[in-house]
Amino acid sequence: MNAEPGPMTPETPTDGARRIGPVLMEMKNITLRFGGVVAIKDISFDIREGEIRAIIGPNGAGKSSMLNVISGFYHPQQGEVWFRGQRRAPMRPYQVARQGIARTFQNIALFDGMSVLDNIMTGRLTMMRAGLLEQALWWGRAAREEDAHREKVEKIIDFLEIQAIRKTPVGRLPYGLKKRVELARALAAEPKILLLDEPMAGMNVEEKEDMCRFILDVNDEFGTTIALIEHDMGVVMDLSDRVVVMDYGRKIGDGTPDEVRSNPEVIAAYLGVSHD
Amino acid sequence: MLYREAGDFKTSYRDDAQTFPIRFDRRGYYALLAVAAAVVPFVINDYWANAVFVPFLIYAIAALGLNILTGYCGQVSLGTGGFMAVGAYAMYKLMTAFPEVSVLIHVLLAGGITAAVGVLFGLPSLRIKGFYLAVATLAAQFFLVWLFNKVPWFYNYSASGQITAPERTVLGWYVTGPQTTAATKYLICLGFVFLLAWIARNLTRGTAGRRWMAIRDMDIAAEIIGVNPLTTKLSAFAVSSFFIGVAGALFFSVYLGAAEVGEAFGINKSFLVLFMVIIGGLGSIFGSFAGAAFLVLLPVFLKNVLGGVLGWPTDLAAHIELMIVGALIVGFLIAEPHGLAQLWRLAKEKLRLWPFPH
Repeated sequence: MNAEPGPMTPETPTDGARRIGPVLMEMKNITLRFGGVVAIKDISFDIREGEIRAIIGPNGAGKSSMLNVISGFYHPQQGEVWFRGQRRAPMRPYQVARQGIARTFQNIALFDGMSVLDNIMTGRLTMMRAGLLEQALWWGRAAREEDAHREKVEKIIDFLEIQAIRKTPVGRLPYGLKKRVELARALAAEPKILLLDEPMAGMNVEEKEDMCRFILDVNDEFGTTIALIEHDMGVVMDLSDRVVVMDYGRKIGDGTPDEVRSNPEVIAAYLGVSHD
Repeated sequence: MLYREAGDFKTSYRDDAQTFPIRFDRRGYYALLAVAAAVVPFVINDYWANAVFVPFLIYAIAALGLNILTGYCGQVSLGTGGFMAVGAYAMYKLMTAFPEVSVLIHVLLAGGITAAVGVLFGLPSLRIKGFYLAVATLAAQFFLVWLFNKVPWFYNYSASGQITAPERTVLGWYVTGPQTTAATKYLICLGFVFLLAWIARNLTRGTAGRRWMAIRDMDIAAEIIGVNPLTTKLSAFAVSSFFIGVAGALFFSVYLGAAEVGEAFGINKSFLVLFMVIIGGLGSIFGSFAGAAFLVLLPVFLKNVLGGVLGWPTDLAAHIELMIVGALIVGFLIAEPHGLAQLWRLAKEKLRLWPFPH
């Protein structure tokens, strides 16, 4: 397997410090069917610690289904998910979250009725230990935890440069900022793996550049492993260390951006081939 | 002019997250508490206690409870009347079975029993949502009323089928029974309201509240960040039912004195409390109080104006009153679907800029 970092963009800070470690998550022969429709057919790939792993493919290739398998929404009919050297039993999404896997959604899934701050604080719910009675009386761990986690959340708010909208209800924010808040919420969980489902969909060039910068910074400063789905080829090729290419539920390519780019099957899926 | 954040700097996260971050609000709140605790008990009479203050306070508790379930956790419930009945009958059984124990403990225990029943009827919420859940809780309403009617054990085999609160004292003052004064009725309700509103605020501003609101706003996203839908929904049912149970216990023992389940805790009660929550504002502590005040005070106010000031015959006034209340609710919801709490928020935002809005 190829472990060296992919081509770095000039935006990447201090790339000497990045280190790609051993395999963190491994998908083994995953097959997912919905009735007669095969969404994912016998796919295997791995995600190494500290890398940015992209999953690409045309519409309907099964990329989001793959992410949903990882985060526990779908349970594959065949195949195994290995995480940190252990085979993962089928589990509910909230149990997956507690293992340290956070994600964002293609169409933003924030809590519209809550402020930005509260939304990001929800990212830390898995670490809250205070019981209902302690919370009711605002006593003991309840008050302490609130302050301690607020401090962590404020760091993320600074990091993603959203200080000014801290107390704004999320429903009032523009699209680009919502995407950023969703990233903040995922980061607040201090995940081992961060799954990003089309983090740049529907953004303009500037917003995309901002988002790229944040993704690289997250990977670089926190050492977070990132798996992302993205359609913008420029972004994928620049950001990722390794790329999985899917088409019609099959894996047709896997490797560094350069290898993938020159893979004839990938070119065929994206550009089509002449049959004459 | 007075209503300003400027110059009031917060230096800790705890200061920043307090309930009333603006000094003027804080002082207003303490002033209100002082008046409620130290002035009102001395001027209150039977009419004001029975027509206004005691029902307002008790309904405020019930509205807080339903608001936690419906406003914060997004689970619609039409079983409020039934759960209030559970609180009332639990209170009755406890009062008659353990006369030596303080009624204050009985009220809390009645709340606890209602919480357990609420969790039981909350189980379907794991599978069904929205209107369908409303129908399921409606079944709870009818079942509970039927149960308390049909099983004589619950009303201690009394001939009338009614439950009557025996006389009990707290610190030598009668709090239940005919000898209770207006001031003690008012004060005991005020005490519970203060305690429970504080608890509701603590729960909703912290971890539990965030879990509930996450489930309300988007349950899939809530699950992906690690919120267990099962325990979260059931905890909302438990806390909500606890509040409603306490309200039911006080409603029966302190306010009514004697109750018949179909009359006191019928489906009308469920709707009344639901209207309070909707008119007051879903997902707001203030809204629970505002909604309770609106629906308790408005009929009293109209009765006095129509019957007293305008001198209309009582039967006509009574019917017109219902029509006006109904029309006001409809008109009000068209004008401000998010309830009185939203009006209050808007007013406060305007006030912060007043008198120089630019």
